[in-house]
Amino acid sequence: MLEIKDLHATVEGNEILKGITLSIKPGEVHAIMGPNGAGKSTLSAVLAGRDGYEVTQGTITFDGKDLMEMEVEERAQAGLLMGFQYPVEIPGVKNIYLLKSALNAQRAARGLDEMPAPEFMKLIKEKIAFMKMDSSFLHRAVNEGFSGGEKKRNEILQMLVLQPKLALLDEIDSGLDIDAMKVVAEGVNSLRDENRAILMVTHYQRLLDHITPDQVHVLIDGRIAKSGDRHLAEELEARGYEWVIEEPAA
Amino acid sequence: MATEAMEQLARREYKQGFVTDIESDTVPPGLDESVIAFISQKKGEPQWMLDWRLEAYHQWLKMTSPSWAHLDYPPIDYQAISYFSAPKKPEDRPQSLDEVDPKLLETYEKLGIPLHERAALAGVAVDAVFDSVSVTTTFREKLAEAGVIFCSISEAIREYPELVRQHLGTVVPQGDNYFAALNSAVFTDGSFVYIPEGVTCPMELSTYFRINAANTGQFERTLIVCDKRAQVSYLEGCTAPQRDENQLHAAVVELVALEDAYIKYSTVQNWYPGDEDGKGGIYNFVTKRGDCRGDRSRISWTQVETGSAITWKYPSCLLRGNESKGEFYSVAVTNGRQQADTGTKMIHIGKDTSSTIVSKGIAAGKSNQSYRGLVKVSPRATGSRNFTQCDSLLIGDKCGAHTFPYQEIGNSRSTIEHEATTSKIGDDQLFYCKSRGISEEDAVSMIVNGFCKDVFQELPMEFAVEAEALLSVTLEGSVG
Repeated sequence: MLEIKDLHATVEGNEILKGITLSIKPGEVHAIMGPNGAGKSTLSAVLAGRDGYEVTQGTITFDGKDLMEMEVEERAQAGLLMGFQYPVEIPGVKNIYLLKSALNAQRAARGLDEMPAPEFMKLIKEKIAFMKMDSSFLHRAVNEGFSGGEKKRNEILQMLVLQPKLALLDEIDSGLDIDAMKVVAEGVNSLRDENRAILMVTHYQRLLDHITPDQVHVLIDGRIAKSGDRHLAEELEARGYEWVIEEPAA
Repeated sequence: MATEAMEQLARREYKQGFVTDIESDTVPPGLDESVIAFISQKKGEPQWMLDWRLEAYHQWLKMTSPSWAHLDYPPIDYQAISYFSAPKKPEDRPQSLDEVDPKLLETYEKLGIPLHERAALAGVAVDAVFDSVSVTTTFREKLAEAGVIFCSISEAIREYPELVRQHLGTVVPQGDNYFAALNSAVFTDGSFVYIPEGVTCPMELSTYFRINAANTGQFERTLIVCDKRAQVSYLEGCTAPQRDENQLHAAVVELVALEDAYIKYSTVQNWYPGDEDGKGGIYNFVTKRGDCRGDRSRISWTQVETGSAITWKYPSCLLRGNESKGEFYSVAVTNGRQQADTGTKMIHIGKDTSSTIVSKGIAAGKSNQSYRGLVKVSPRATGSRNFTQCDSLLIGDKCGAHTFPYQEIGNSRSTIEHEATTSKIGDDQLFYCKSRGISEEDAVSMIVNGFCKDVFQELPMEFAVEAEALLSVTLEGSVG
């Protein structure tokens, strides 16, 4: 579903990603871990299409299409959805309005009509209950005055409504207390199925206690230094990142 | 309502009372006493009205065009304007929609304006027969039953001379400013509204019902008088961009609210802003003022300004009655090369008066806009309160927004609050919306509408919906 080959990317002239190769198939959950400054956020940003990141070498294909040729909104319409580490506030725009606009924009891109209002409301009510959110959230301005945990729940709520093919979660666990973490993890787990893939970027292993990955990759200095199964995450938690750096890349 | 009403409008024929009596004569360009006498005579006005106009004219002669606004435009040649003209002859107007600026037609398309209406708005020589019988008769009957007077100012001068004479110029005197003086001398069109004591006007009054689509007045004069405990909501303008041959528009609007009266005046202004270089756009220099004359009276201005090449207006309130209230809610959007200098004045004279100002300015393209507001609290207006919030949103880096708040506080027992922000439309906000699959244009319109929400919720329902659509169209292509 997602094929990254020898990806190099720069930010303001500095090379941050120095040759990443990664393949994610439908049904898989991958976690990317690594110390601060390793390039985790840059990788998310490049995949989501944020400005200011230049790909200097390598390719990314999503569902057989060249991702770098796609506009930000086209990536979302094709089914790649990013959950943000720091979701932005949009004053005056109701949460429900954003959800509806996003859903219908994606439907339109896939040649579907707008979802009828009663059907939409039913869907939203179901998902918001699942995320243990109060329905008053729907009528508040997008992320405005939300706590850190509420913002993250809101990101996952959007995922549940928009049902992406590939969910990209950028440090979704940061700033969450243990209860919020459980709810967020349940939300993500409910997305798992054989046709969908999930890519999580995280600094800590604790998220992976709740969302079990199929593969774990350690990103160090812009390269994947080591890959393994979920036990690799446990090892990292116990031993830190130092030993990976010292170990010669296989 | 709007579309339906417009469709009906397009089919109707003007009957008595709803049209200025335009005849085929035209005076040559230029302004002197004889031109004013000609206008007055054409309108069948009494002597006092002519004297009043001439008095205004003599004051105007001694005045000079103001230069303090943050606007840039070539000097206007007042002797080149024709002050009384019949509508253009059909052969002088565009013969079909093919001759009209395609951009304008595109906008009509996007706003969903019916085909036959587009031609009339664009000034095309169509044989649109405006048939007023159905709409206007029923609605006039309903108003008459309530004792409400709603007619053209010319008709009011003939039919209700005492009411007009008692109030005309009491809020905006003839010599108030350069453009008000000019308007007082030569006005030819406008509305008159009188709501009798204790009456709540049974419907929202709209210029839709009496706009003269063929030739909208260049110098409109509107006077609304709300007697004790009376209420009215008045809607001016229309979301469809209107072409007009007259480049200068200098209207005057006067509102009078007596004890416990409430006047809500909403405007959606969307005059033709000109082509991409700003050519052919309208200069809109308006004087709007409300007089809260009675105790506990209230006047509320709500405006959405998106059109015109140059907009220059400051709907204001004189808070003379004790405990009277003034409100100003404004959204001004400029794009392309538009310029706007707009704001309000709240003059607190009575005790315990309060005023609220919420101004939202959005600048895109190479446009420039200013908020200019005065809050003045007189020494005896103790216990007065003002709250001002003015926010500017910039789209792109070639536009400008400026805020000029003036405060003159004459006593220590009043409360004044002022908040102001200027922000660029956030790249992060845009990226967030786009990363959800929403197109850039829709994202901009969503963010901007969110920014304007505090004002839009003050608009009557159908205006609010249209205003949102209008904003999207106005800002199209402003990012990227």
